[in-house]
Amino acid sequence: MSGGLGAIDRVRNRLEGPNTYGNSGLFWAVFAIAVLALAAYPLSPTTSPFDVLTTTQYFGLAFLALSLSIVWGYTGVLSFGQVAFFGVAAYTFGVIGINFSSATGVTAAFFGAVVVGAAFAALLGYFMFYGGVRDVYVTIITLVVAMVLNTFMAQTAGSEWTIGEAALGGFNGMTNIPDLAFGVGDTAFVFDGVGLYYALLVLLVATYLALRVLVNSQFGMTMVAVREDEDRTATFGYNVPFVKLVSFTIGGALAAAGGVFYASWGNFIDPTVFGILFAALPVVWVSVGGRESLIGAVGATLVIERMRTGLTDGVGPLGPEWAFVIVGGLLMTVILVMPGGIVPLIDRVVADRLGGRLPGLAGSETSESSPKEDTA
Amino acid sequence: MSLLATAGVYRGLAVLFQFLDSFAFLVLATVGLAIIFGMMGVINLAHGEFILVGVYGTALAFHGMPIPFADAALPGLPLPIAMVVGVLITVVFGVIIERTIIRHLYDRLLDSMVATWGLGLVVAQLLLISFGSSLDSISTPMGNVAYGPFTSGVYRSVFLPVVSVLLLGALYLLFTRTEFGVKARATIEDPETARAMGVDTDRMYVMTFALGSGLAGLTGALYAPALGAITPDRGSIFLVEAFVAVVVGGPSVIVGTLSAAGLLGFFNAIVTSQYGTFAGLMAMLLVAIVLLRLLPDGITGYVEKVRQRRRAEQ
Repeated sequence: MSGGLGAIDRVRNRLEGPNTYGNSGLFWAVFAIAVLALAAYPLSPTTSPFDVLTTTQYFGLAFLALSLSIVWGYTGVLSFGQVAFFGVAAYTFGVIGINFSSATGVTAAFFGAVVVGAAFAALLGYFMFYGGVRDVYVTIITLVVAMVLNTFMAQTAGSEWTIGEAALGGFNGMTNIPDLAFGVGDTAFVFDGVGLYYALLVLLVATYLALRVLVNSQFGMTMVAVREDEDRTATFGYNVPFVKLVSFTIGGALAAAGGVFYASWGNFIDPTVFGILFAALPVVWVSVGGRESLIGAVGATLVIERMRTGLTDGVGPLGPEWAFVIVGGLLMTVILVMPGGIVPLIDRVVADRLGGRLPGLAGSETSESSPKEDTA
Repeated sequence: MSLLATAGVYRGLAVLFQFLDSFAFLVLATVGLAIIFGMMGVINLAHGEFILVGVYGTALAFHGMPIPFADAALPGLPLPIAMVVGVLITVVFGVIIERTIIRHLYDRLLDSMVATWGLGLVVAQLLLISFGSSLDSISTPMGNVAYGPFTSGVYRSVFLPVVSVLLLGALYLLFTRTEFGVKARATIEDPETARAMGVDTDRMYVMTFALGSGLAGLTGALYAPALGAITPDRGSIFLVEAFVAVVVGGPSVIVGTLSAAGLLGFFNAIVTSQYGTFAGLMAMLLVAIVLLRLLPDGITGYVEKVRQRRRAEQ
């Protein structure tokens, strides 16, 4: 019995640490209930197939949010161009998947697309971080990269922009992208509809837990050190450009996975994923949820995207065009009123309710609130 | 002159006019953003929407502003007066935004980007909701000049470049020769000391932001008759070029804007005249990325570093 308990403790030790919110039994209980509720959601009689479909898309987008949380929230590199890796991977998946539409081919397309997305991030990261590009300049380069891709893909309408069977399609985008499938030869799992919903839910939970282990590991500590004080971290002998590069590459791979899920979900991709509106969305999700919290990134993605879907039908007298007014207003309000985002706020409220700080929270807490306000 | 030489002259002229057009666009799109960034440390990602406010203000004043809740409109104004209205509307808009939002964001560079990005979304959408998907365009004044097989618009290729150079000159004088300029620079350099010397720094921030907004409004007013369709998504075109030019130029506002616009405009013009608008834009953005990699502090940052090294060697 003590052996079993020891195993749970060992797992929790890896998952919990100063770099994550939610290091308590209470958190894990709520987390388990939330995951179970999401798992039960498609089974409920009040859930329409359309609801399942849209929620599946939010799961795909949550990977994009996690990628920005790692890069910006944990390493302090604000990338406005995470959509670049997302979109490049989506297009790569389309090109490979359309040309090799067997299960093996689509499996290869998945891994190929993630590798291409991650390699693209690594290349761009190497170019920037080893060249001493810092702060807002990184933000600007990443935004410009997305803009370049947006402009470039929009003009690929002609027949000369066909790779094998796959036409890039310019403004109209690439159609007939296959469903996600894993398998070799005749044994294959094809994921669409409810199948894709569960596949992405499982992958999302697994990725979330793996990232918790990452950010609480030795390397995660170094990422946070780079975010807090780059120069001092370098003085202690850490290779700051390398830390940034690795984090940026992990972020690129996560965004790339999101792009593949997005493209296989809609069987479609077009240049708007590189556009300025789409590029803003991850920043909105992560800022609102709390950029230094992985659970905030995921939660805010699901909630904000659900809200945007709801708003496309209009709310009362407000038409769908109000969706971006509300999203933009929400972003401004969060930055002005609670710069840390919602999850740190919830964390503080819960901790206060339970009387005193929960163990393990103190470290992440101090960086959030300004000391002046605490003593006042 | 041989036929071939004449054709060469025509082609050279075409590149020159293209350069002037691109240069003016870069300077005018950038200058408001550069002042707010260079002097206040706030990156205003809603800058494109500030310009758009100037465009809309001008276009609405020119065509006759609709009166809310009434089936009537104000009479249309002549273009120059409509432009003044556009600038004034943007200044008022900017001051309201500074007092409500921006003043919470000083010294929070990344937060300022994120919050103003949200602001840009809101403004663009509100323009869409209020005025529909496009406004009637205003025809470009001043006509065209024709040479050989080419034509260029006088307004964009001659008038606006002249205006942009005059504007930079005027700003230089404003910041070096007037009391406002001295106080503004003191505030930027060291707000604490400036305050101790009796400068109302809060007021300087509002005025600098109002100046930046006014310049955005002026850009909008000047481009209202040169944009073609006036749609709520045009802000992002200005933003991307301005954003790139500011960082390529570096911290010094006027010299930075001038050098970045010169350099980027040069590459844009060469490639555009050879391969078309799309290639020109791509070339400019790629040059900007490479430049940022080589000169992480921008052109003026690099010049400053070289100057300091020389001084140290002496």
